[in-house]
Amino acid sequence: MTSARRKAYGVKGAPYAFLLPATILFALFFALPIGYAIWLSLHKVQVKGLGLGSGARSEVWAGLENYTDALTDSELLAGALRVLGYGAIVVPVMLGLALLFALMLDTERVRLAPVTRLAIFLPYAIPGVVAALLWGFLYLPDVSPFYFVLDKLGLPQPDLLDGGGLYAALSNIAVWGGTGFNMIVIYTSLQAIPAEVHEAAKLDGAPPLQIALRIKIPMVAPSLVLTFFFSIIATLQVFSEPTTLKPLTNSVSTTWSPLMKVYVDAFGKGDIHSAAAGAVIIALVTLVLSFGFLRAANSRTKQEEAR
Amino acid sequence: MPNTKPRRLRQVAATSVAVVLGATALAACGSSDEDSEADSGPVSLTYWSWTPGMDKVADLWNKGPGKDEQITVTVKKQASGDTLVTKILTAHKAKKAPDLVQTEYQALPTLVSNDVLADIAGDVDGVQDKFAEGVWQQTTLGSDAVYAIPQDSGPMMFYYREDLFKQYELEVPKTWEEFAETARALKKKSPDTDLTTFSANDSGQFAGLAQQAGAKWWTTEGETWKVGIDDAATQKVADFWGGLVEEGAIDNQPMYTPAWNKALNTGKQIAWVSAVWAPGTLTTAAPGTKGKWAMAPLPQWSAGENVTGSWGGSSTAVTTDSKNKSAAAKFATWLNTDPAALTALAKEGGIYPAATTAQTSDAFTEPPAFFSNQPDFYTQASEIAKTTAPSAWGPNVNVAYTTFKDAFGKAAKDKSDFGAALKTMQDDTVADMKKQGFEVAE
Repeated sequence: MTSARRKAYGVKGAPYAFLLPATILFALFFALPIGYAIWLSLHKVQVKGLGLGSGARSEVWAGLENYTDALTDSELLAGALRVLGYGAIVVPVMLGLALLFALMLDTERVRLAPVTRLAIFLPYAIPGVVAALLWGFLYLPDVSPFYFVLDKLGLPQPDLLDGGGLYAALSNIAVWGGTGFNMIVIYTSLQAIPAEVHEAAKLDGAPPLQIALRIKIPMVAPSLVLTFFFSIIATLQVFSEPTTLKPLTNSVSTTWSPLMKVYVDAFGKGDIHSAAAGAVIIALVTLVLSFGFLRAANSRTKQEEAR
Repeated sequence: MPNTKPRRLRQVAATSVAVVLGATALAACGSSDEDSEADSGPVSLTYWSWTPGMDKVADLWNKGPGKDEQITVTVKKQASGDTLVTKILTAHKAKKAPDLVQTEYQALPTLVSNDVLADIAGDVDGVQDKFAEGVWQQTTLGSDAVYAIPQDSGPMMFYYREDLFKQYELEVPKTWEEFAETARALKKKSPDTDLTTFSANDSGQFAGLAQQAGAKWWTTEGETWKVGIDDAATQKVADFWGGLVEEGAIDNQPMYTPAWNKALNTGKQIAWVSAVWAPGTLTTAAPGTKGKWAMAPLPQWSAGENVTGSWGGSSTAVTTDSKNKSAAAKFATWLNTDPAALTALAKEGGIYPAATTAQTSDAFTEPPAFFSNQPDFYTQASEIAKTTAPSAWGPNVNVAYTTFKDAFGKAAKDKSDFGAALKTMQDDTVADMKKQGFEVAE
């Protein structure tokens, strides 16, 4: 009797016991830090008089003050616009190239596919900061071999660290580093398309281009959506490339991207309360944009299925 | 890399809370204090410093005077500058700041304002006499308290390529007016060569130049701060450099870049307004030009004057979190006044000590290796150090410095009005102080 009861209890408790580790970890390393960030963002430092000596500084409730300050700060908006411009180059170019490479690798007559695949993927393995440093050297006219060659050939030498050139320069680093990964994702789902589908199309006399446009691309649409989703998130959070290029040029300010502004607020100006508010805003915008996109993509797929 | 890491999403929120995690991590490395009763029995202290070789200097203490006093000091190597200030503030929030910290002079008011630094006036009687007044005054913030002991100072000087000055038939400028004429004369003789650059990536240089001109950026009047970043003296400095950049007499690209190194190394830039520590920087930036440089006093605003500013320099401070403040003050005093300690600091850390007696000690009879052609380098340096103008730092220097980088970086790039950039710097600094609740008068 007692053993039976214990057994029943054990079975009942089992799911909770299994959930416990994940719940604790989630609470400790996810919910708690986010909660603390939100708490910080709702407070501010209040100084009395000269603010020197002990007791001159206290943490007080700020309400939404940090948020209104952040949202009315023209620099945050300007940063968001810069990132938008940057994303408008990076996302289409990177995904376009990734799709193109994946499709080319997937054709029948391709040679040296494994080597090529690896070569395209390899830049992804290089840490972002290292990549940015490397390209930074190549962008500086005085030390870049490219500029040396351009100079010798008497060709014009564009300034890649200013104005529009800067966007191209930053995007180039991202595209160089990210194309390989996205290509692998798309390529893997291309490989998953059953062979009979290709064969049927070929027997019907469809040329490779038509097969790619009408069969392959529609069939890998879910992975395109996925890579697009990831790319949007990564773009909104661009930080390491402009931060690494910043010391090389006057054109990149310390608040070039919104995340850089958060960093400068926290570690340059020592105002963690404003930084927390900025971080929460960026997280919310990222959430809304990326899930909004996923939703739109999903509902479209469903509509198509219903048709 | 902006590609595809879904976990990034969490990292956004985590960026701001890294501060929290940082505090925990710091707690782990800063907790070497034993629970000893104040200053009796063996004491061990932790010291955050970025000076290279500081651990070796601390070993001298641990094996010598520290052994007798039973005070052991452990050095934890840190990054320099603003990042360390943030780290100290964070550690202090968790009440786990180390016993001793190295800090730049301009960060002292920020740290005092956050109640991080202990007043050690009672433990450092008579130490004041070892330092020049302008240097010591920075550690008291004009009060009776003493918040730090000066370690090194960075009197500003003018560095130039002696050989190229001869080649281009240029005179070493004694006033800023002559400096501008030298820049123009050089441009005429060699259009591809610049005398120097105006760089917006190190605010300390501009602050030092303003200090030379007599600027007082932060002053107090009763319970009110007065911010004078936009004062007449600083405007004069800003307009001077802005004018040179605008007319193209000097370069406008930042320093400390690979391009800057190359320009110095190949003689595309032939002078540098810098401080006493410049030989160390030049050794790594322009190794090919060893023995070709010379140092002279900074150009003056009017002939016959003899003033310089300071760029860099730091002090040793005791934190309020320390359980052994007197022991910590003892070590700080030894470190910055004892001849053996200062000689070791100069040798291992390559610093230029703030203590006046040390500036003419044995460690400084020989010129730096890079300046072997100028045997009296340090004799001149100590003369120049005596002419350092007093500085006036406030509680949010970090904000002013950050604004400087962006505002002047943009102005230098666009070759536009430096006065407007200076106004931005003033406005942002005042706005930040008001936001924090300081009483401010402009």
